Formats: sequence, C-alpha cells, structure tokens
Amino acid sequence: MNDIIRDLQVDNLQVDKDLPTGAPVNLSRRGLLVGSMGAAAGALVLGFGLPVRGARAQDAAKAVAPGTRVPAFLEIRPDNTARFLSPFVEGGQGVFTAMVQIVGEELDMDPKSFIVENAPTGSDYLVVFGKMRITGGSMSVRTSYDTMRKLGASARAMLLEAAATRLGVAADKLATEPGYVVHAASGQRIAYGDLAGDAMSLPVPAADSVTLRDPKQFRWIGKPVERLDVLDKSIGKAVYAIDLKVDGMLHAAVQHAPRLGMSVGAVRNEASVRAMKGVISVHHLPGAVAVVSERWWHAKRAVEALQVDWAEAGAKPVMDGIRVMPANFSTADFAERLANEPGDGKDAEKEGDAAAAFASAKTVVTATYHSQYLHHAQLEPPSTIARFNADGTLDVWMPNQAPEQFQADIAKRTGLDASKVNVHSPMLGGFFGRHFLYQAANPYPQAIQLAKETGRPVKVIWTREEEFLRDPMRPMAAVRFKGGLDANGMPVALEAISICEGPTEGIAGHNKDKLDETAVEGLTGKSYAIPNRRIAQIYVENPTMLAYWRSVGNSMNDFLYESFLDELADKGGKDPYELRMQLLKDNPRLSTLLKTVGEMSGGWKRGPFTAEDGTRRARGIAMASPFGSHTAAIAEVSIKAGEVVVHDVWEAIDPGSIVNPAIIEAQINSASALGVSQVLIEEAVYKNGMPVARNYDLYPILPPSRMPRVHARIIESGEKMGGIGEPGLPAVPPAVANAVSTLTGERVRRMPLSQYTFNS
Amino acid sequence: MKLEINGQPYEVESDGDTPLLWVIRDELGMTGTKYGCGLAQCGACSVMVDGEIVRSCVTPLDSVANRSITTIEAIQNDAIGRKVVAAWVQHQVPQCGYCQSGQVMAATALLKQNDKPTEDDIAAAMVNLCRCGTYNAIKAAVQDLSGQKV
Repeated sequence: MNDIIRDLQVDNLQVDKDLPTGAPVNLSRRGLLVGSMGAAAGALVLGFGLPVRGARAQDAAKAVAPGTRVPAFLEIRPDNTARFLSPFVEGGQGVFTAMVQIVGEELDMDPKSFIVENAPTGSDYLVVFGKMRITGGSMSVRTSYDTMRKLGASARAMLLEAAATRLGVAADKLATEPGYVVHAASGQRIAYGDLAGDAMSLPVPAADSVTLRDPKQFRWIGKPVERLDVLDKSIGKAVYAIDLKVDGMLHAAVQHAPRLGMSVGAVRNEASVRAMKGVISVHHLPGAVAVVSERWWHAKRAVEALQVDWAEAGAKPVMDGIRVMPANFSTADFAERLANEPGDGKDAEKEGDAAAAFASAKTVVTATYHSQYLHHAQLEPPSTIARFNADGTLDVWMPNQAPEQFQADIAKRTGLDASKVNVHSPMLGGFFGRHFLYQAANPYPQAIQLAKETGRPVKVIWTREEEFLRDPMRPMAAVRFKGGLDANGMPVALEAISICEGPTEGIAGHNKDKLDETAVEGLTGKSYAIPNRRIAQIYVENPTMLAYWRSVGNSMNDFLYESFLDELADKGGKDPYELRMQLLKDNPRLSTLLKTVGEMSGGWKRGPFTAEDGTRRARGIAMASPFGSHTAAIAEVSIKAGEVVVHDVWEAIDPGSIVNPAIIEAQINSASALGVSQVLIEEAVYKNGMPVARNYDLYPILPPSRMPRVHARIIESGEKMGGIGEPGLPAVPPAVANAVSTLTGERVRRMPLSQYTFNS
Repeated sequence: MKLEINGQPYEVESDGDTPLLWVIRDELGMTGTKYGCGLAQCGACSVMVDGEIVRSCVTPLDSVANRSITTIEAIQNDAIGRKVVAAWVQHQVPQCGYCQSGQVMAATALLKQNDKPTEDDIAAAMVNLCRCGTYNAIKAAVQDLSGQKV
C-alpha cells in the first residue's frame, strides 16, 4: 500500500498515470491461471479456481483491458446458475451483491441466481481505474460500475450470438428474459446454461460496441436486492480465513516482542516448553517466537509459556520497513508534544488572505483539538495458511484487501516468481482498513517461514492480545485552530494547522516535497463559504505503525473541524445549524442535505430541552464530504451517571446515484456505530512503549447498550457516483460532540468523551 | 471424554481444561463457532449448553461432559433456531458476519427461555459485540420474533 488510498480521496477520480498498481510487472496471465487451477485441484477443502473452459479459450498472450474478458469473471452453469469472480473482497459491505446486481442487470440474469467468490490474482481484475485492485477507499462500485455493466452486456451479447448460431437466425431477432434467450417468432427459449459452453468460446465483443440497458428499465440496480451472503452468515456456513484447513496442516501460535523492533535474545525455558504436551517445534522469528503443534490450543499455551529475553533493537532493523518503538513512548506525552510543536506548517489549502483577515476581524478565536490512536478491532483475528507445493508454487490464504500487492510482497520475500505465488482471499471478518499490506502487522511472513521450516502447511492464528500488540493504528493529531469573526459574528477567516503524520506517509514514507492528503482531508475540501482559509500540516513522525481506518483522514478531521465550527458559531452568537445554512447558501447540493437532515429529525432544535422521559437532552449537527459523497448528521444526547448517551442519529447522504439502498442504509448504521464508538469510548493508549489494552476488556468497542437509533435517508442528486462504506462515519463524531457541548456548556475538544465526567 | 454435540455423541481426546471452543473448531472441525477474543468479551464463540448460552472460549471441556451442546451448525434443527435464522434473513442482519453465529445462538437461547422478552430482556440477553454495528437490525429481528412492534 502506498499512494493509492490518497488518490481515492480525490472527488474527481483522476489518477496519476504513474500510480503504482500493485500488480507485479512480470505477471504472466497464463502462468497464473495454471497456478490457480492447480491450487483448486489440490487438497484444499475449499476450491478457489477459475472457469477452465473460458480461460483456455482465450489467448492469454493478447493484451486485454482489465474487466473485459468475460470468462475470467463469469461461469454460467448447466443448471442456469452463475458463478461470478469478484475483483473486490467481501467483508460485510455488500460488494458481492452489488457486483451481481450490476452485472446481472445487463446480462439479464437475476442476482439471486449467482454465487460469488473472490477472484484470484490476475491482471483481469485490476478494474479500479482499469489499472489496480484494492477493496478500499469506498471505491469498488463507483470505479467499476461502467466496467461491470459492459461486462454483463458483453456476456449477454455472446449468449445471443451463440443462440443465433444454434437456431440459425439473426441475433437481432432474439431477445432475452432473465436467464433465457428467447426467439419470439418461433416461441423457442434457450436457457443461458445450455448456451454458455458455446457462448464463452466466442470472442468478447468490444466493450464500446455493446448496448447498455436504459436505466429507466432497471430491475435490480437501484433496488433493495437481498444480500447473497446473509443466510450463510446466519447459520455459521460463511468461511473466513481463520476457518480454512488444508491437508497435513499444522497450527502455530506466536508471542511477539513487547515493543516492535526488539528481537529474540535468549529463551530461558525452551527445552521445557518443547516437552509440553502437543508441542512439535519452537521457532525463533523476526521479533517473535512461535510454537507449532497439531492443535492450536497447545501451540498457544506453549508459546505463552516461553520466557524470552527480548533484545533491544540494534542498528540493523529486525524486519524491513518497521519503526522501532522507544521504551519510554507514551501517547499522553506524544499528544502534548504534537500540540506544542512549533511552526506554521506546510500549506494544504489556501484561499484569500487569512493573515490579513485575522488582523481586521472583530473577534479571533483560537483552540487546540485532539484526536486519538484507534484500533481496527475487527472481530476476526488475523490468520494465514502457507503451503509450499511439490511443483514449486506457494499457496497463501489470508485476509487481505489487495491480493496482487500481497502476491508481489510474498514474491519479493521468498524469491519466487509472482506467478508461483497463489494468494487466496477469503471473506473478511471485518475490514475497517485492517487488511492492507502493513509491515509486521500480518502473520503471512511467519506462516511462510514456519511452513518452510517444518516442511508442512502451517496455519498461524494471532490471539487477540498479539493482534492488539501489532495492529497498526489510525493516526492521532493535534490541530491548532484559529477563526476570525466579523462584526456580525460571521466567520471571515479560518486557519487549521494539523500536527500529525498521515496514514499514507506513515505507511509509504514521508516525502518532504509532498503533502499527504490523507493527513488533512476533512480539514481540506470543506464547502463552507469562509473567504479566507489556510489549512496546513506540520509533519511529526510517529514511533508507532500507522494504518488506514474506516474513512481514513476524515475519520478524525471532520470531528476536529466541525466541532471548532460550532465553537465559532457560539462565539459569534449564531445557531450552528443556521450558520452552516448561511455558509452554504450558494451550494444547492449541500443546502438540500442540511435541510433534509433537519426535516428528518423533526425540524432542527438544538436544545438543551427536556425529553418526554424527563432527561435533559441536546442535539448537534455536523457535515462531511468524504469519498465523493456528502453527508449531514444530527445526534441527540443526554448524560446518564456522568456518561454520554446517544439516543438518535439522523443522517442524510448524497452519493450521487446508487445501486442498493438497503445496503446503503446498513452501511450508514454501521458507520454511525463506528463513529459513535470512536467519539464515546475508543482510544489506544501506550505507556512505556507498550499498548495498555491487549483485548476488548481495556479497549472497549461500542456495545449494543450504547448503540443509538439510526435514521438514514439517501438523496440521489444525480451527480457523479460517490462512495458508500466510509462516508457515513465522519459527520457522526462531531454531531455527538457538538450536542454534548451544547448540553453541558463545556466545549469538547478531544475524543473519546469517556475521558470526561459530565454532570447530568 | 464423551461429548454430546447437536444430538450426536463424540469421543474427544483434548485435555479437560481445553476450552470447548477449540475442541469444537480444531478437534471436531466445526468452524461455525468463532474465536474473537478468548476472554469472554465478545461472544462470537457462543454456544448453548443444555439450552443455556455459554461462551465456549472460556468453558473448559470437562465442565460440559455428558451435557447437551448445541452449535450454530444445528441451529436449523431447532424450531426456534429456524425462526431466528428466518428473522435474521428477513432483517438482513449480518454484515461481515463474523459475530453472527454467536448472535443467532444468543437470540435462540433467549427465545427458548422466554418467548415474549421485553425490550429490557432483549437488552440483557443480546450483549455480544458486533464491530459492524448491526445492533439495530439484531434488536429489530428479536423484537419481531417476540411479537413486539418494531
């Protein structure tokens, strides 16, 4: 992972031609197909393969645009069901269903008749901007929508062509109905499943030669089609990486060094641990020890019994690309340092003349705001199976959201050609940004080393404790705000200097000549008509490993900005909802959104007011424009026993146009939950270079008792399609914080709110 | 040791202090029951023992000898379990799905003991964590099953 996510943030999805695609350059499609099929034919319990007929029928030597070669994606079976290989990984966001809604619409096949699997690696699947493959950045549907429609339409054209040949009639005398080609003149109907063998051998028509369905005639796109994976997930049949098993597989558990960068020194009791029940072998890994056993529980017990003298990091890093965690690192001290870091920073966004506007402003308001480190805390702990095969290939099964990038990395680590590395990408037990290529944060290098050392396939599972020790985190920031108000209390100037390290520069390296947009997005890109603005960043390298977290920079920056905007409203004597309305009066799209969320909540009322149950409550408003979509949220809160209760969240989202409203509503619920969790209770704290919390007991995530009611509304403005998975989050934390500030009279400038005790 | 799981007798070789979760998942190969935290915090490992919900990650094997264990694999063999699954589908509850085996088990155990749980009963019983935040859908599904207006 490098500069990719950063480009996702850009509203117009233009991508630099030099953008790294993550695809190994020496990738041979044919070699890869063979490798994948070989894996499917092997001893694996679950088969992941490619449709063999079609793949063979195509000449792999010919350069084919990603997302166009129908047989790489689609297999229509004799029973008239279809198997679709998705370039995007399913992790709860509903992308498998969305993909077959789009493809099925044009193919003329009911989404219900599909099964969907994650595609193997291969250049056919680099459909994001036609050149890369990741599942992230809320990009899947919006970047592949046109490609997938054309793919479905091409497949339909091939079926029509095959039917025309079989019936001896011209293709234009034929029509389709779901799953069938129909010849009206003779009354004949042929099932797609009967034609697929012929059709998939035909050349794929040029993508621009196919006719797309008139959107007014859509049967499935835009409808609340039921998700394909819901039943399996309700009866325990969905299979995640942690559930996989291959023949002859051993289990391994690890104990990581307490601080990243340390290495294994002496192991005091290795001999006695080797003698523990079930232990096959003990291994020294970079920055970790491992125990291999026939049973994971034995491995786990034994590895935890190992008494390791960890050696401090020397000059040579124990692993490439890692940061050495200092023994005295504390998040509390680091937050102080960020807040007090001198300087004015590097411009990220500049409009007008903020300095002059401050000089002539009636009132100048300054405040420093903070965000915190966060864990992903996805419920499925990391795991990997690695298996070296007799034919010189390596199979790796692991949670990931960028298969080709992991493949390239494994090729580099092992010295194998990428075509010999088969990456399998099972369903994810939660995304939240956890499954990108982060150094030292994934177990696959350990699994590969252990498979090599034992000569057997090995599955490594990290305990929750090992996961929280190595989970790379959402960055923390301190932002120094300055706002200038005119005599009417209207903001005329705003400056925000964020002292932080962005996730992208944290992962890919800081470039002093560039600005990491993921550090400042959400401070930048605001639509409020404040004539003089300066948004800047002071880069401070973190000693921690950083990561993308659902909604990336926006996950914190909209909290920081929107809370300060309320502070300005208060200082200027303005109602925060009315102030936003005034600042957006020339922006019809966002004005509509703001009006809508006001109406949804029964009309804007800030409070404090007394609710029917006698509790004192208040409401807060906030807006965000992340990932090509726009949102506005209102939250209603009260205080109970010193803690914040969030009763309701109303959120309106304008993603331009949509594919599945039910999935969007689910994602708004989900994003609201994560937003409320972040603002109320989450914070990853380090003391003495170590995380204080190693499990959910000390790093609580939102429990059901603290979940608000969520009321979602979708506005289809018809503008360019935006993202869905992440945009619902950023407006929620500031809406809650602003409500709490109104209710308590105390301005909240830090997350999480659990660090405060409020008076009811 | 002898176990009864989903109405079938099993002879298992794991030690008595092995958590039931790992016996089910590793020794018996039934992976519908999930490992999330190992500390009885999240509930992804929930199974029923004699109709009561337990967190199998902290339940020693020897404590469940000769008792009747039900895992998600058999949920549709149970009349109430079938209704819960149908409600989960109707309300489109799961997202990533990793916690949902445990959620379905918890709802089934609740409704087996109390077919008309109040909102407070539901809140007291449905305490498993879900990082995707499907809580409102879970609540709606359970309220629906208990005959309450949602």
